[in-house]
Amino acid sequence: MTVIPETGAETLGRQESRAWKKLKSNKIAIFGFAMVMFFIVIAVLAPVLPIADPNATSWTAIRQPPSAAHWLGTDEIGRDIFSRMIWGAQASLLAGVVSVAIAVTLGVPFGLISGYFGGWTDQIIQRMTDALLAMPFLILAIALAAFLGPSLTNAMIAIGLSAMPIFIRLTRGQVLAVKTEDYVEGARAIGLSHGKIIRRYILPNVFPPILVQATLTVATAIIAEASLSFLGLGQQPPSPSWGSMLNTAKNFLSQAPWMALWPGIAIFMVVIGFNLLGDGLRDALDPREN
Amino acid sequence: MTLKRLMATLLASAALTGSAMAVDLRIGLQEDPDVLDPDQSRTFVGRIVYTSLCDKLVDITPDLEYVPQLATEWSWSEDGRQLTMQLREGATFHDGTPFNAEAVVANIDRSQNLPESRRQSELASVTGVEATGEYEVVFTLEAPDATLLAQLSDRAGMMISPTAAEEAGLDFGNNPVCSGPYQFVERVQQDRIVLEKFADYWNADNYHFDRVTYLPIPDTTVRLANLQAGDLDMLERLAPSDAPAVQQDESLIYEDIVGLGYQGITVNIDNGPNGDNPFGNEAKLRQAFSLAIDRNAINEVVFQGTASPGNQHVPPSSPWYVQDFPVPERDVEAARALLEEAGVDRMAVEAQVPNNPVQQQMMQMVQAMVAEAGFDLSLKATEFASMLSAQTAGDYQLSQVGWSGRTDPDGNIHQFVTCEGGINDSKYCNEEVDRLLNAARETNEMEERKALYAEAQAILNEDLPIIYLYHPSWIWALDNTIEGFVAYPDGMIRLENVTMAE
Amino acid sequence: MLSYIGRRLLIAIPTLIIVSIFVFSLQKILPGDPVLAMAGEDRNPETLEYLREKYRLNDPVIHQYFYWIGGALQGDLGISLRTNQPVTQLIAAKLPVTIQLAIMSMIFAFAIGIPMGILSAVKKGTVLDYVANIVALSGLSIPNFWLGIMLILLVSVNLGWLPASGYEPFFRDPIRSLETMIMPAFVLGTALAATLMRHTRSAMLGVLQADYVRTARAKGLSEKAVILKHTFRNAVLPIVTLSALLFGELLAGAVLTEQIFTIPGFGKLIVDAVFNRDYAVVQGVVLCTAIGFILMNLVADVLYVLLNPRMRQAL
Repeated sequence: MTVIPETGAETLGRQESRAWKKLKSNKIAIFGFAMVMFFIVIAVLAPVLPIADPNATSWTAIRQPPSAAHWLGTDEIGRDIFSRMIWGAQASLLAGVVSVAIAVTLGVPFGLISGYFGGWTDQIIQRMTDALLAMPFLILAIALAAFLGPSLTNAMIAIGLSAMPIFIRLTRGQVLAVKTEDYVEGARAIGLSHGKIIRRYILPNVFPPILVQATLTVATAIIAEASLSFLGLGQQPPSPSWGSMLNTAKNFLSQAPWMALWPGIAIFMVVIGFNLLGDGLRDALDPREN
Repeated sequence: MTLKRLMATLLASAALTGSAMAVDLRIGLQEDPDVLDPDQSRTFVGRIVYTSLCDKLVDITPDLEYVPQLATEWSWSEDGRQLTMQLREGATFHDGTPFNAEAVVANIDRSQNLPESRRQSELASVTGVEATGEYEVVFTLEAPDATLLAQLSDRAGMMISPTAAEEAGLDFGNNPVCSGPYQFVERVQQDRIVLEKFADYWNADNYHFDRVTYLPIPDTTVRLANLQAGDLDMLERLAPSDAPAVQQDESLIYEDIVGLGYQGITVNIDNGPNGDNPFGNEAKLRQAFSLAIDRNAINEVVFQGTASPGNQHVPPSSPWYVQDFPVPERDVEAARALLEEAGVDRMAVEAQVPNNPVQQQMMQMVQAMVAEAGFDLSLKATEFASMLSAQTAGDYQLSQVGWSGRTDPDGNIHQFVTCEGGINDSKYCNEEVDRLLNAARETNEMEERKALYAEAQAILNEDLPIIYLYHPSWIWALDNTIEGFVAYPDGMIRLENVTMAE
Repeated sequence: MLSYIGRRLLIAIPTLIIVSIFVFSLQKILPGDPVLAMAGEDRNPETLEYLREKYRLNDPVIHQYFYWIGGALQGDLGISLRTNQPVTQLIAAKLPVTIQLAIMSMIFAFAIGIPMGILSAVKKGTVLDYVANIVALSGLSIPNFWLGIMLILLVSVNLGWLPASGYEPFFRDPIRSLETMIMPAFVLGTALAATLMRHTRSAMLGVLQADYVRTARAKGLSEKAVILKHTFRNAVLPIVTLSALLFGELLAGAVLTEQIFTIPGFGKLIVDAVFNRDYAVVQGVVLCTAIGFILMNLVADVLYVLLNPRMRQAL
């Protein structure tokens, strides 16, 4: 936030610190934050935790239900699900967070430009978005897998790109709604620069739906990573990710239901965490609420 | 489909559903078949539908003996270059066109000369077919071909109505007209294929269903759920992991048989620059890789013991299996010793794996097993079309592939390892192997052929262009009201004498 | 307004061209040879070469493209390499199936998502709010396949209430058709409901703080009137945008749902076509989808203006 000049910096700065205070006093948001941090810490610490090798197989212990030896049971080739969950957290959180970050950093500016300036700029961006939306994800994924090769980074790019249009559209919709408000018209009349108008009046209104959408897309992205690893993009075997664990579990739903249960619960917890945090941020940033 | 036909079909189906006696059979398939034209089609699952729709010149028994279907008897000339077939009298096609020698000639001509025909290579040895009587044909061959009967027991031997073929041309598959026990009613892509009993079938008395509906249901769990819910009467390719549950369920019947095909790992030996690496160049490394694999464990863990561990192009239960080379036991020590001999401590290899969960599970086991011997195997999940083109282009090191299997052993080996073989993606080439496999084609004497295959196996067992892993079983699950079903190693569903209890 | 719609439809043409160029160039980028993919196990080089010639796969891509455009302008989208059927015929057969699935899931999604969103915004911070959020978010995190298979096992296998899978055209047997579609529509609808619910809640919260709502309250209007008349009407904008976008998620979700419930719709068609490199079908389906998106977005933009007349000039 160093680029913001003169008065804008002052007001935004004040707004920020007030928002921060509000966020800190919001217990639910802090709880959400703690949940997210919990998984992040686990993901980072996976290599040093005293747990079984996530890739160690045992032909004599396949698809075993949870027990003292294997807290969460074993998978289809006898690997310990508990340590695979912990090791898988890294790939899944990365897939969830980074791809959403890609989608937001690309989508929001495009949406802002498109909605604010209108006219041909808008038309071009919107038609490109239509085209992008109409492209089946599958084709994009196979093409990327073939060209960039299998890696988690490429999977995140693919997911991020395919999630981008929704952020463009949401931003644009909000901009259109706000820009006809009296105070924006007024700001323009007194000659405020576009940059200032966008920062001061438009962005705060764009944030709420974007936050909501971003926290929701985390879930879709984590699940999407699984279908990508299946197409040769994303986490490759034997390395675990929650998504690919779910995908494998699909074949054993009646014989070994726990195989699907744990990754499902983990994704749910992460999503809840992000959503609670998002709600808190939303409330904190809402200029009208006090 | 013209409006008139559609009306006729609707009326026919209304009439059928109206009668209380009508017995319907609903079969769950794993995939949606491709075009229903025996000359143009290429999928395994399509052949399941043909089994009821299109009769062939000859059929097989579960023991792979050839038995009459549209041809009642046949004989080879002394030099093995002429096959004379007597044809069934009184058989007709579904459109009323009589079946006779002319029809056979027209069919073989279409299979050989229709540019879109996928049967050309299967009938490559046939230089001419002649109608020598109303119900007698003579096939003339370029050279003796022991595999011809096998081809005629499959799609190349399926007889379609020449009248309908003439009329429909390439669109024949949209409304196929054959001479099998059931005739085509309708098809909804990816949803169903409906057949109804052909009243004028020569063996109609032994077929007991009025209507057979094939429903492609790709998800194995859902396919089984449909059977359990009573929406299906039987299904093919039950997932091995569901086998124990079906065996214990008293309302269901479990049937399995080891198939004719195999699953293995094809090694790039000389297919472009990717074949030029230690693993492709040094047979000892491939032997070490093969020795490091515990084939029995794979069978138990992935297939619940339903498959048959293997190391040749035919399963150990086959009369063509070479007993001198039994399935090797896992021996990590020996594998390590071979690596040492080759002057390698550890090496990295990459394999492409089809993106289906069973193959991935299996290859992750292989990955863990060969790691102990010194191979760092990385697995690259690849969807089918990409995999196929990488394989033909030589853009791979190892590729996990399978083959659905053919009745004659030649179909499982010749085109894969002979220098000019059509599916030789390994580009393995050994003149002695070529000579032996070609010779095995040219005699009908089983013992002689077996000796030739044994000699070829001795070489292939050393060179390992394909590391065979196992032979999958075909598994069916049926409702317990179904009686008389017989499992065939070709994976087909033959409905003769199959009945449904009231 | 009409001239606006007319203009928008004209602009749709370049979009469709962009889309078709996209897809065509991907044909070149995507690994895998359509003819090889469909050769089956036996691969006779002569047959393959003949087929390549026949389908003009050896021509430069530019030629192929113009050839295709020429056909498309006359309503001919080519034939499916896999089944020899005309693509237009395939699309005509599958479109109604997916539309029915889409409408039914949308009904589920709206009926669950919007009331839950309003309720949870109005009762913000109460137990009701938390329960609604947790229910919605679990709808989002539960994978479609898991929910689908569990429903089949419970409802069809154990209870025997509904058929496990399959499809019946609506106009042939409406009852049976609804029976086969309820579970898939529910599965597909749950994830969408979650998205709708979360956005409705957020938008409602924003508006509930606005001055005019306070004024309305101060004027002594009943709470119900305040919520429905003043708040929801103004909160509805992002929901409109979203509904147009959900169409996309619907299609993506339909791929999986159709697979599980074996519904012969668009989703299955496109997956099979991509895996078989059946490009004529891929092209046709993508074009159709693009038209769908353009229409949905047009509807959304027109709705904007109807809901907020001040925005007319913004368009």
